[in-house]
Amino acid sequence: MALYSEAGLPASYVALPFADWKARPQWPAVSLANTDPVEDLAPHLGRLRLIILDFPRFSDGRAYSQARLLRGRLGYRGELRATGVVLQDQVAFMLRCGFDSFESEQPGFGEALAKARSLFSVVYQPAEDDQVPAALRRLAHGNAAAS
Amino acid sequence: MPDTHFYRYDDYDRTLVSERVDQFRDQVRRRLAGELTEEQFKPLRLHNGLYLQLHAYMLRIAIPYGTLSSRQLRKLADISRKYDRGYGHFTTRQNLQLNWIKLEDAPDALAALAEVDMHAMQTSGNCIRNVTADHYAGAAIDEIEDPRIWAEIVRQWSTLHPEFTFLPRKFKIAITGSPNDRAAVRVHDIGLRLWRNQQGEVGFEVIVGGGLGRTPMIGKTLREFLPKDELLAYLEATLRVYNRYGRRDNLYKARIKILVHEVGVEKMREEVEAEYAATRDGLRLPAGTIEAIARQFAPPDLPPRPATAGRVEAQRLSDPDFALWLKSNVAPHRVPGYAIVTASLKPAGSPPGDASATQMEGIADITEAYSQAELRVSHEQNLIFPHVAVEDLPQVYRSLAALGFAEANVGKITDIIACPGLDYCALANARSIPVAQRISNHFASLARQHDIGDLKIKISGCINACGHHHVGHIGILGVDRNGVELYQISLGGDVDFGRTALGTILGPAVTADKVVETVDAIVTTYLDAREDGERFVDTYRRIGAQPFKEKVYGPL
Repeated sequence: MALYSEAGLPASYVALPFADWKARPQWPAVSLANTDPVEDLAPHLGRLRLIILDFPRFSDGRAYSQARLLRGRLGYRGELRATGVVLQDQVAFMLRCGFDSFESEQPGFGEALAKARSLFSVVYQPAEDDQVPAALRRLAHGNAAAS
Repeated sequence: MPDTHFYRYDDYDRTLVSERVDQFRDQVRRRLAGELTEEQFKPLRLHNGLYLQLHAYMLRIAIPYGTLSSRQLRKLADISRKYDRGYGHFTTRQNLQLNWIKLEDAPDALAALAEVDMHAMQTSGNCIRNVTADHYAGAAIDEIEDPRIWAEIVRQWSTLHPEFTFLPRKFKIAITGSPNDRAAVRVHDIGLRLWRNQQGEVGFEVIVGGGLGRTPMIGKTLREFLPKDELLAYLEATLRVYNRYGRRDNLYKARIKILVHEVGVEKMREEVEAEYAATRDGLRLPAGTIEAIARQFAPPDLPPRPATAGRVEAQRLSDPDFALWLKSNVAPHRVPGYAIVTASLKPAGSPPGDASATQMEGIADITEAYSQAELRVSHEQNLIFPHVAVEDLPQVYRSLAALGFAEANVGKITDIIACPGLDYCALANARSIPVAQRISNHFASLARQHDIGDLKIKISGCINACGHHHVGHIGILGVDRNGVELYQISLGGDVDFGRTALGTILGPAVTADKVVETVDAIVTTYLDAREDGERFVDTYRRIGAQPFKEKVYGPL
């Protein structure tokens, strides 16, 4: 299993499984199952440096919602890593949901990751990345044209 | 040719669709090169509308909210000739299916679609599917607001949504803007019904957890009244709750209806409202966005035309088939002097919903001449001309008759909905289309059909219920018993105008050769028992199943 990150290799922490981490919540790294309640991390997010979310099958999309909750509503800013079945054809979605590091066994994953943000220059909905949705670009364009 | 009166792609839309084609082309290349396993490739092709059927790949092309221009229809005809066998099949979800696509051609077919601002994204797979709406939208006399404005907003939001592309199961959204629901909003994962409250504001009733399939359920109201600009925030909250808590242990229990059923609508509401309260600000729709999209759906400028015409009247009196067609296939339009015309894709004995490339081009010609170069696909698998001048009805009738699409049977016993069945589908237990064809031939007499009145037959070739048999006045379900195709008959289903009901199984399943005589016995029972003006389904509700059982199975 190789580790990839857009920003080069991240600092390494030993992530505790959620059940163990709950016994010592000052530990800076936790690994969640996709059924674990991310809301429970809320009081500790300032201390956490690494959260690992699992894709037991690539077709099981629960961790996308966990990621968006962490990045959006809960405001987590540390490293967010995808593990499990992590494939290049899902990575653009993962980036948009706020993942920034990836464990993958797929050959060519690194090259695909490097290109993933340029696959779609247009998006239709806000997520946890910097892409501005088409609707807002249209509004800005319209306002610029009107002024 | 007039400009279209529905959403027009801009550079953003075109860029996204073309980048998607490029991505899929690369994925197909990797699949053909063996870099992707079929297991890995399957969700990718499904998200691009490519489905593996019994004999070949099927491409399901999205026709968002069932609206398309004549130019788009001509392109669909071209594509069906070039990449398929020169015909297509309009579906109950307002899409078009091509049944004989080659995998290596699929990217080119998608690129050809993109030339006319169309795509096949999210017509399959466990994602938010192509959104459907009332097929009379923009023309209906009872419309509060054009539901397609909201359907387009939902289309954009749901397209390549990064969080909701690997849901527990598929997710279907339907929208109606009229009190008379023609979009079957109570049998969708989410149904949206626009209505005006006592303060005069228009908002949505949000209905959740309806659906057919193995476990048919009628949707429940999640939110009585939702302000329109909060729509996406509320949908996102609902989808997030479903994505997190929907069952993934059993394919057949994975739809949102099962979640709602298991936790109860109150608990579901509590979860959705909590999520919505926390995230609503980020997704509130700017007024400018709504206005810009609404402008594109501004109704066409229809020049004044007489409300009645002598030649229509003359032909009505002299041509009984035309008179029947006026009754069943022509509906009132919001503008006096105009009408909504339904072209029946159910001529006697034909596979429901099929059209050849030549017929598609003929339809395009007619709408360019008489209906603002626009069309609608109905969930009943017919094509709608939304804006026909009353004066032009005789010409439209004649042109449709030349194509074989002027059958005066809309809403009648031969206006059958049928899934592709065992002739095409890998899931089916039994044939659907030949059963539909036999019933259609048996009841071919238009006078008899009109005497029988409104009677909807819906046929599914397996329990997945793509033919919506649960909501047929007469529902027919193909089942397999030890290698024999049998058909289970149910009565009393309904889906129109808010009277949504699920049918009840009449009795033991019958063999294929007995289906027609069974239906005939059911119809005879109705004709003997009906009171003035009663529809079949009303008579059934009044007298119950017993008289029908006795007629079909003999005295019990």
